[in-house]
Amino acid sequence: MSTAADPARTAELAAMAERHGLSRSSARPELPGYLRELWGRRQFIVSYARARTYSMYAGARLGSVWQILTPLLNAAVYYLAFGVLLGTKNGIPNYPAFLICGMFVFTFTQRSMTEGSRAISLNMSLIRTLHFPRATLPLAYVVNELNQMAVSMGILFVLVGFTDGVSPRWFLVIPALTLQTMFNIGMTMTFARIGTFVSDISQLLPFVTRTWLYASGIFFSIPDKLAALDAPPWVIHLLALNPITAYIDIVRRALLDEHEQHQLPNAWPIAAAWAVIALVGGFIYFWRAEDRYGRG
Amino acid sequence: MAEEAVPTVIADGVNIIYKVIAGQGGKGTAATAFRRILKRQDRPTIREVHAVKDVTFTAYKGDAIGVIGRNGSGKSTLLRAIAGLLPPASGAIYTGGRPSLLGVNAAMMNDLTGDRNVVLGCLAMGMSPDEIQQRYDEIVEFSGIGEFIDLPMSTYSSGMSARLKFAIASAKSHDILLVDEALATGDAEFRVRSEQKIKDLRTEAGTVFLVSHSLDVVLDTCNRAIWLDKGVLRMDGEVREVVSAYNREATAAR
Repeated sequence: MSTAADPARTAELAAMAERHGLSRSSARPELPGYLRELWGRRQFIVSYARARTYSMYAGARLGSVWQILTPLLNAAVYYLAFGVLLGTKNGIPNYPAFLICGMFVFTFTQRSMTEGSRAISLNMSLIRTLHFPRATLPLAYVVNELNQMAVSMGILFVLVGFTDGVSPRWFLVIPALTLQTMFNIGMTMTFARIGTFVSDISQLLPFVTRTWLYASGIFFSIPDKLAALDAPPWVIHLLALNPITAYIDIVRRALLDEHEQHQLPNAWPIAAAWAVIALVGGFIYFWRAEDRYGRG
Repeated sequence: MAEEAVPTVIADGVNIIYKVIAGQGGKGTAATAFRRILKRQDRPTIREVHAVKDVTFTAYKGDAIGVIGRNGSGKSTLLRAIAGLLPPASGAIYTGGRPSLLGVNAAMMNDLTGDRNVVLGCLAMGMSPDEIQQRYDEIVEFSGIGEFIDLPMSTYSSGMSARLKFAIASAKSHDILLVDEALATGDAEFRVRSEQKIKDLRTEAGTVFLVSHSLDVVLDTCNRAIWLDKGVLRMDGEVREVVSAYNREATAAR
């Protein structure tokens, strides 16, 4: 029996499909229609994020107290390791706030990436049961992390309020985190697609993010370090292009009183550029495989 | 052709080949994983399976089609291709509207309670919160889960979760509903109710595909049947004829 389709029959069936407005079942929706569909599911995104937060802590005895405890403990551990034991403070004013600020901003992006890489693969059964725009899942993961970030920021406000005092400059945190969230959405979408088809990526990501952690100026001030090393001036401009460094720097500018002397060049424009590039690029990259999620 | 019947699913020379991982090939360390990604290599133990071979048929509005055949004959694969989840290697499948697939191993979110799954499932299908509030009781009642609706789905028996899934998916009227053995685990009482639901869907001029090993269910609910044998379409026609031909062969093989 031949497996080659009969061309006459193919043409006839295609014509019949056309006549009755049938479309190929595995076709990808157009981008504008996809965006509209996504907007229609905004309720689902929020409910799903809430349900996930709930189920994440459902098994723990302290429940959602962990949402506050986890960043607090993280901050304490990093302060102990880098501030007290290794003594990386060298001359940075209000080092705990400097360090914890960097840590929280970094964790927001890191978790968006690592969780996002599993957004599709962990929900395969849901994807295979119901039809909905798949981008809702990585988006829900970002909403989840944003929620966690809000709690972390609350802790940071209390800490800085006690050490440096309250300042109207704090409002700059809002545009800063908006830009970072845009960047994170793009990263989550990108890694959601990669993680679906190359499942090894979730094993590799921890190494990538850890390298990124040490290169982003979380424990030390990049300008101070470079000045001490007598590095040529272009090095700082190169290092400032790192998106995480930019997001950390703009949040530190908003929160820390004496950060001005240590701040990096062009952090705001760099942060904004990365936000747009990542959001648009990541979204299109994710959408282009929309018809292939759920296979395998 | 005065009154042409309206087709809802057209399959034209569909071939489906998928890759399976045959066994545990090598330990997945970060280094080997990285090398594999760089070389864009598949795992060495991946094998190709030609699951559906040159299948052609047209389904019309109001059809309820039973898909029968032995285990591994490609029934579920065909349904997943109609749902748009598996791309045909060659040939084409045209559908009107978005088909919904209900499978036995398709869980929702197991660590969440039944009622949260109802709400999330309905939101995912694009229903508005108001609409969900209106239909919530109906869905829960149809599922027959009762007081267990407050418990996480991971505590449900396979029959209970199949019932809830069917209740959620059938809350919305679908143009094309694909049911893959989802009713097999339900008890007799639920089976009667879900068969009625399938008949209702048919009269709403939708199209239903039903994969089942229970030929009685196929005879009761379907007007047409497709018999797949090792991925090849053996017979397509009136349900009674196909089922009796299938039965003859099954008894002859014994």
